[in-house]
Amino acid sequence: MLQYISEILPSLLSGTVMTLKIFFWTLVASLPLGILVSLGRSSKFKPLSWILSFYIWVMRGTPLLLQLIFVFYGLPNMPFFHIVFERYDAALFAFILNYTAYFAEIFRGGFGAIDNGQYEGAKVLGLSYWQTIRKIVVPQVVKIVIPSIGNEVINLVKDSSLVYVIGLGDLLRAGNIASSRDVTLLPLVLVGIIYLLLTLVCTWILKVVEKHYSYYR
Amino acid sequence: MLKLENITKSFNGTTILDQLNVDVNDNSILSIVGPSGAGKTTLLRCIAGLDRPDSGKFILDGKEFDPADDSDTEQIIGVVFQDFNLFPHLTVMENVTLAPTMVLKQDKKAAQETADSLLDELSLASHANQYPFELSGGQKQRVAIARALAMKPQILCYDEPTSALDPSLRDAVGKVILDLKKTGITQIVVTHDPEFAKNISDQILEVKPINK
Repeated sequence: MLQYISEILPSLLSGTVMTLKIFFWTLVASLPLGILVSLGRSSKFKPLSWILSFYIWVMRGTPLLLQLIFVFYGLPNMPFFHIVFERYDAALFAFILNYTAYFAEIFRGGFGAIDNGQYEGAKVLGLSYWQTIRKIVVPQVVKIVIPSIGNEVINLVKDSSLVYVIGLGDLLRAGNIASSRDVTLLPLVLVGIIYLLLTLVCTWILKVVEKHYSYYR
Repeated sequence: MLKLENITKSFNGTTILDQLNVDVNDNSILSIVGPSGAGKTTLLRCIAGLDRPDSGKFILDGKEFDPADDSDTEQIIGVVFQDFNLFPHLTVMENVTLAPTMVLKQDKKAAQETADSLLDELSLASHANQYPFELSGGQKQRVAIARALAMKPQILCYDEPTSALDPSLRDAVGKVILDLKKTGITQIVVTHDPEFAKNISDQILEVKPINK
């Protein structure tokens, strides 16, 4: 059995690399975008706020699987314009759009929890809006939203397995292929263990971040 | 001298301030007293630029200015809020030096030197590296005063400086305010406590709720 494991492990690990790539780039892009979208959603410029509310509604109201299919198979076949993505780019695009919407909603709650006095305190000191957001508000929002963001981060590890639908070779797909080729469930058990290890690392990192922000109350 | 001319402010059709006129002499202390709902805080918020009056003028040394306009880097008005509004994620030192470095573009060292001497005068020197949650109410208030003073405002406003403190600390704030007067700053104090006002003020403005 150990020999079999060492035979299939390379393909599982290369699938893990794909999973991690999607995980990493989705987070890097959608966390800052989520902040911007949540700020835009509470903008006084109503059209912007309406468009972003609509976007969040669509992203949260339809399955991520459907969004993936739509981006990869649907966008190239639109009546008036054709957007063709590589498989990997399509996956990233769909994931970033979807997770930005979720993060925006989490950040909206975080921004709402900041007392108006913080904005006023900054204003009478002469800080501009963006200085206030950057130096006063966002650092405090981050502390508030870490637990909810953590939930989504762990979801993302597992959601990344949905990319199999557009034919990307991620961890789950690698396990599936080995499992049906060799008629054994062992690869899928290994896949499960690798997902568990990934989420374990995420949980640990989140704990460290949470601890870092506990320096004030 | 700060002159307020015909300041009028209403919320949803209810007039709070009606054609109010005040002169505040340089280096003096004006207290604004009156019962709750009389418009004391509204007046202070207008002076601080947090609310815009419906009409009226602010004139400083003969020149009209707009407190709500923050494009000017020179600080005219400083504010010490009722619940201080310190930044909880920053140390005392960072609370005081943030605006001087970001708004006045002072270099960090110069800002820290100014902050050191302000904290020293307000007997906060040993708390420079603590966070607001580690301080008592009186200490927080003095940090708020130091933070406002670091911007070298010409006028410092206080919203109910005694209300968040226990009675024994009331005189201590009064002393801080009187000490600051010696440095040449003009101060405006909103308070519901007429005795406190009498002890510290050169001039008292009584505002009354407007009866219709």
